[in-house]
Amino acid sequence: MGEVKLIGTHQSFPCARIEWGLKIKGVEYEYLKEDLSNKSDLLIESNPVHKKVPVLIHKGNPIAESLVILEYIDETWKDNNAHSLLPQNPYERALARFWAKFIDEKCVISVWGACVAQEGEEKEKAVEGAIETLSHLEKQIKGKKFFGGEKIGYLDIVAGWLSYWLSVLEELGEIELVNAERFPCLHEWGKNFINTSPIKDCIPPREDVLAYFSFGINYVRSMAPNKA
Amino acid sequence: MASSSDNEEVRVLGKWASPFSNRIDLALKLKGVPYKYSEEDLANKSLDLLKYNPVHKKVPVLVHNGNSIAESLVILEYIDEVWNNNNNHAFLPQDPYHRALARFWCKTLDDKILPAIWNACWSDEKGREKAVEEALEALKILQDELKDKKFFGGETIGLVDIAANFIGYWVSILQEIAGLELLTIEKFPKLYEWSQEYINHPVIKEGLPPRDELFAFFKASAKK
Repeated sequence: MGEVKLIGTHQSFPCARIEWGLKIKGVEYEYLKEDLSNKSDLLIESNPVHKKVPVLIHKGNPIAESLVILEYIDETWKDNNAHSLLPQNPYERALARFWAKFIDEKCVISVWGACVAQEGEEKEKAVEGAIETLSHLEKQIKGKKFFGGEKIGYLDIVAGWLSYWLSVLEELGEIELVNAERFPCLHEWGKNFINTSPIKDCIPPREDVLAYFSFGINYVRSMAPNKA
Repeated sequence: MASSSDNEEVRVLGKWASPFSNRIDLALKLKGVPYKYSEEDLANKSLDLLKYNPVHKKVPVLVHNGNSIAESLVILEYIDEVWNNNNNHAFLPQDPYHRALARFWCKTLDDKILPAIWNACWSDEKGREKAVEEALEALKILQDELKDKKFFGGETIGLVDIAANFIGYWVSILQEIAGLELLTIEKFPKLYEWSQEYINHPVIKEGLPPRDELFAFFKASAKK
């Protein structure tokens, strides 16, 4: 006890990824809740480069960036009964890393963009772009229960925000991206993922996520240049 | 020397002037792995590129035994995992914490440091001051990470050193064209020293594109 600490905020899906990873591995940890409007000294010391959450602290050593932390968790706790998060085969590992980067960069950006865009041609185009991006994931999950196969793996954890946080963004952005008609496999995966333990044990209340994203979307919209 | 898998075909689709593409050349040369290189014209993408990287249609792409992998940092880790016997130069240490640190710095290079320097070198008058400030800030955090080590990987070239090829080589060319002083011996003595060790490393030296050609290439881009 006290050996593993996680600095994070519950509404943040990158932080949720770390909880999922630790719980799947059966690792006990202490959650240090961070107020991002008033960053703690510990956060700033532990992640001086980015000053962001999540940060994992293990035996006093801090690690930042959720994808990096997930790989660290997988490599450090590998003797437990818990399964590996990443595949064993180097090519499959490379594919998992490729898709994780795609989800974290292309998907997050295009979905966020589609939500933030306000009505008209700009919004239509942004929504089309997000759908195109998500269609790649539909192809990847086809025929599988989870991206990791029979069990939840690294890529499921990285994509996990699509099973819950996405619907909040869709509501705020007044759009629908993933539904059973357009992306039946991704939709099914999302339902399976969010209803599996330990995933469902550490998702934040919907109203907290709503408030969190709502603030962000309004901020971005208020910064956008006025259109003539 | 290459490991037992050296009879399997290794292909690289790349662009000679791209530091991301060059990372793959450096990595394979450090491992002693022979490979076939194809230069891609991104204005006229080959069928192979579209086949092997349908999602992004970009370089670099590594093709090994018919399996294709895109994204330079993903490719680097793959190369390190596949060609990993004692005779091969390891890019990552064994210890999970130091592996995590290396991955963190590779990501920070790509997400924060390279863009800041690139922006400064291509900035217009209006945004120049701020862009240069951010570039210098980025170089500082990188130098702070280097500390007193010979390379980011310690005594030998590691994953971060390979990923930092842009810093070690491209920056001096781009800053000269832009008329800026970013990575200099006065401003960043330790990082500058690292860059000199880097470009004079016997394998790296052979793997980098010729300076005058790279200079001409970017100078021509600057004029457009």
